[in-house]
Amino acid sequence: MADPAHIASSDIELSVVLIDIGVLSMMGVTAIAIARLRSLFALVMLSGVYSLLSATWFVIVDAVDVGFTEAAVGAGISTALLLGAMLLTVRTAKEDKPWKRLAPGLVCVVTGAVLLYATIDLPGFGDPDSPANAYLAQEYLQRNYPDIGIPNVVTSILASYRGFDTFGETGVVFIAGVAVALLLGFGERSLSATLMNKKRGKK
Amino acid sequence: MSLLAAATLALFVAIVLLLIRLFSGPTLYDRVLAVNSIGTKIVVVLALVGFLMDRPDFADVALLYALINFVATIAILKFFRYRSFQISLVKPEGEKKRGAQ
Repeated sequence: MADPAHIASSDIELSVVLIDIGVLSMMGVTAIAIARLRSLFALVMLSGVYSLLSATWFVIVDAVDVGFTEAAVGAGISTALLLGAMLLTVRTAKEDKPWKRLAPGLVCVVTGAVLLYATIDLPGFGDPDSPANAYLAQEYLQRNYPDIGIPNVVTSILASYRGFDTFGETGVVFIAGVAVALLLGFGERSLSATLMNKKRGKK
Repeated sequence: MSLLAAATLALFVAIVLLLIRLFSGPTLYDRVLAVNSIGTKIVVVLALVGFLMDRPDFADVALLYALINFVATIAILKFFRYRSFQISLVKPEGEKKRGAQ
């Protein structure tokens, strides 16, 4: 097996650039297809693929934890939830009048332009002199291991420095999940079962 | 062109072909299969990225994506078989087949 050290660094850079361009352009194509397709099932599948691609993108820019969350929630759970929601409605979206799409399209273009304009001010990727890396992050990197003894800095911040905050967040997410489960119901008395029975009763 | 760039390009050509099948795919099962295969390709892309950036721990993330991909495909297919997620896939002994309309 080839060792990365034996491969010229220019080859590695070329491949990384190719992967960057490939993943981002496929995300763009998928987003355009989501905007154009009318079959709801295809839309659900495409949104799953979009989540998977963006999760890959997060891993490529070294935000592995965010990518992991996106893959589990975006590509896994929300695909299943959207399929369940599809059961309660029709299978194809209504065709819009073309002029009705004009205003949302304009808002999207303007928002995108503003965000692109804002990226000019951002520091370079991995810039050691950027404000985010210069002051507090150094402090945490130096004090993390003697203070807490967990080698992963992100884990030590989440679970110890702001442990109460994380605990509260977990509580909020749990309460939200229980509330949704209570609203939708389970088994015979669930919302989808009730609706299906109603449909069958009519026929 | 190096071996790595060729591998990257081959992967992306494969994903683009699957995306075309996903966009046009006449039946539901074409689309499910395309999504599943794209997930597999993404796993390989992640392994490749981990190799390129000298981060072998990306392989763990790639394995996890493979697991999520598998479970999601099973969930989608179960949904199309039974129109519900609530029916268990394993039938208890002696119970009649239900829901398979």
